[in-house]
Amino acid sequence: MAKGKDPHMLNYLLRRLALIVPTVIGISICAFAFVRVLPGDPILAMAGQHGVTPERYEILKEQFGYNLPIWQQYFDYLGSVLQGDFGISLATKRPVITEFLTLFPATIELALTAMFLAVIIGIPAGIFAAVKRGSWFDQATMGVALTGYSMPIFWWGLLLIIFFSGYLGWTPVSGRIALTFFLRPITGFMLVDTLLYGNWPAFVSALRHLILPAIVLGTIPLAVIARQTRSAMLEVLGEDYVRTARAKGLSPRRVVNIHALRNALIPVITTIGLQVGLLMGGAILTETIFTWPGVGKWMIDSIFKRDYVVVQSGLLIIALIVMAVNLAVDLLYAFINPRIRVQ
Amino acid sequence: MKLMKTLLAATAILALAAGAAQAKQLIYCSEASPAHFDPGPTTGGNDFDASAHTIYERLVEFAPGTTEVIPSMAESWDISEDGLEYTFHLRPGVKFHTEPYFTPTRDMNADDVIFSFERQWKEDNPWHAYLEGMTWDYFQGMDMPKYLASIEKIDDLTVKFTLTEPNSPMLANLAMQFASIVSKEYADQLEASGDMAAFSTQPVGTGPFQFVDYQLDTVIRYAAFPDYWDGKQPIDDLIFAITTDASVRAQRLLAGECDIMPYPAPADIETLKADDNLNVMESEGLNIGYISYNTTEPPFDNPDVRKALTMAIDKSAIIEAVYQGAGQDAKNLIPPTMWSYDEATPADVYDPEKAKEMLAAAGVTDLTTDLWAIPVSRPYNPNGQRVAELIQADWAAVGVTANIVTYEWTEYRERGKQPDRKGPFMIGWTGDNGDPDNFFATLFSCSAIGVSNYSSWCNEDFEAAIQDAKAISDPAERTALYTKAQEIFKAEEPAITLAHSRVFMPMKKTVLNYHMSPLGSHIFKGVDIQE
Repeated sequence: MAKGKDPHMLNYLLRRLALIVPTVIGISICAFAFVRVLPGDPILAMAGQHGVTPERYEILKEQFGYNLPIWQQYFDYLGSVLQGDFGISLATKRPVITEFLTLFPATIELALTAMFLAVIIGIPAGIFAAVKRGSWFDQATMGVALTGYSMPIFWWGLLLIIFFSGYLGWTPVSGRIALTFFLRPITGFMLVDTLLYGNWPAFVSALRHLILPAIVLGTIPLAVIARQTRSAMLEVLGEDYVRTARAKGLSPRRVVNIHALRNALIPVITTIGLQVGLLMGGAILTETIFTWPGVGKWMIDSIFKRDYVVVQSGLLIIALIVMAVNLAVDLLYAFINPRIRVQ
Repeated sequence: MKLMKTLLAATAILALAAGAAQAKQLIYCSEASPAHFDPGPTTGGNDFDASAHTIYERLVEFAPGTTEVIPSMAESWDISEDGLEYTFHLRPGVKFHTEPYFTPTRDMNADDVIFSFERQWKEDNPWHAYLEGMTWDYFQGMDMPKYLASIEKIDDLTVKFTLTEPNSPMLANLAMQFASIVSKEYADQLEASGDMAAFSTQPVGTGPFQFVDYQLDTVIRYAAFPDYWDGKQPIDDLIFAITTDASVRAQRLLAGECDIMPYPAPADIETLKADDNLNVMESEGLNIGYISYNTTEPPFDNPDVRKALTMAIDKSAIIEAVYQGAGQDAKNLIPPTMWSYDEATPADVYDPEKAKEMLAAAGVTDLTTDLWAIPVSRPYNPNGQRVAELIQADWAAVGVTANIVTYEWTEYRERGKQPDRKGPFMIGWTGDNGDPDNFFATLFSCSAIGVSNYSSWCNEDFEAAIQDAKAISDPAERTALYTKAQEIFKAEEPAITLAHSRVFMPMKKTVLNYHMSPLGSHIFKGVDIQE
């Protein structure tokens, strides 16, 4: 089948792309409105303990454009964003996009590692639980998964720090790499950079710093993936073609690995894609606990500083990225599962 | 498994080797990322620690651990009889840092000094607005535009400041961070290249440490400046490991990931003190936590009512419960370590019976009022909500009903300073420059109403005393006037002076020669590490 010419696929792609425009406008309105309903005032937040006189306050308000009607502020903002200008941070006076790009690799590195852990543990655990349905392993796995899913990230993170870093002293308390290593970023991905520098101890240090936060961030996706894999697997194992394969006398391993797994993984892939949005949310908490210098911690710090510009543009950029990933997952899903395209 | 073990062992050896090769290094777990590295427009203590106290210096400095003003970029100075002219004689041979982005061709001179102030002062200076939306908050906040008439170059190493009226805190103001001396030569280079914003991200100063690198929200690196006029520092590398959460900072110190940290959480202090490897320094904070009555609102416009309400509060119970051993009863507005502190002021007594009588005598019965509680933990008041609850209970005992109100921190201050605010308002202050004027005039002068005079209190005699004290430079005469101001304050009770808090600084025992700054700065000049 020539996939590029598939009318259903093209149609589907266009429909999905057309949805992006209203979604982006909706998100930009939400982000813009969100920072304005936050209590507090960015000008007063900047002024420090001396405060500002009413006259000076008015001057500053004008300087930042906060004296304009709210709709005008929004359209000015939208106009700039469409030209790729996400504004200048009120606190640091640097372009928001520059700061975002500096910090984003740290978040991706953490999120990918968390997802990697979740997938390599979650999928086999789910398969095994399904194959051994009702066994002690199945029950234990699903019990642990439910606990993992329900656990508050903040509490879980602090607990791991106190135990592994404080009590056992196995892992560092926070940060991305030991401070004795001074490597200027090349890609921004610490594991990659340390290897590019050929600095093995630095790589090990970076890995040690990554373990706890990745476990914390990966816990919920791990639980979700394990449960999803188990139920998808159970469904597929009951299908006629699996029974046929069994009846043909194929080895149980071959039945599971070749026939059942391929089909069971289709919904799991969607689940993994949908976890990306959740990972961004989880990253905010995880990065804050572990002083992980990524965009999540940057957003939290900016909220406390009342840095309107960073908060609204940061929210918008993150939302756009999550949307792009979801779109990619949908397309991938449509690609591997033709039934979706015509629906 | 065996392979794993071998790998781990190899790693450990490599890590050790890498550690041994390191220079003498001090790691400071700082509490927040700096906005940037220009000490002029920034306002946070963390901003100043990262720029003003490492990279930059001023004409005069506060001597380590005190608020005494000592020579720095200026070797000496003369003040004219009328207190209007300050002539500074600059130190010869002071070098600016050589950086990959700048190589100085001359020593620090009068042009640098003039530029450092004019960029903040003159709107037509090209550097006045070199960053988008920038403001010079401290230059404005310390009323410099009001007091400065001119700054002139007499010769390369002599600068004369002329004031519009005598202002004795001026010298202390010039020791503040905003008054840091920056390089005009570097500014000119950046202006010519069109990259003025780099002034805030690639700093050049004359200080003991020079900038090496900043990884956003993660780590700032400095190196000892080899050509420092006062000799190279004992440590080679100074590292700020940015760690915003107080408990995580404590964990990092305990785990040996840093050598020294500021602002421990009160709950962590005992654990830190109990650790054999650590030393927890403490000092009196140059601060005051207080509660402003609105002196224009009945019945708080009556000094007897204010005094009665203060008398109804068991301050010692509050200090014990909230400050947990880190607070000291405040009987004056200024802390006891500050010069002109009036020892003779009687401490507030706790006497609910007498308070009741006084309220009755003033005709106040069934009083219901708002009581404003600080929403955040501040050095001068760690838990505003708890303080408010304790006062609420004390006042209930004398028949006064207090409803606790609070808002988000900036909103809180904004609402609090409205002259028609209802109810006593909890607030506090941390000193900027060690001068009593910075407390009395900033917080209770008539002109501060609507800005930082939360009591809306304008007392003629008090105002005369503090304004006169500002205009003369003889410390003995000033002390006499501030003593009078403290007497008036106590007799009028525009605010309940609650407590001065103690400040803690945990560090490894190997950290040597660290002096706690009464102004809350964290300064590493002269600090050494025992190897």
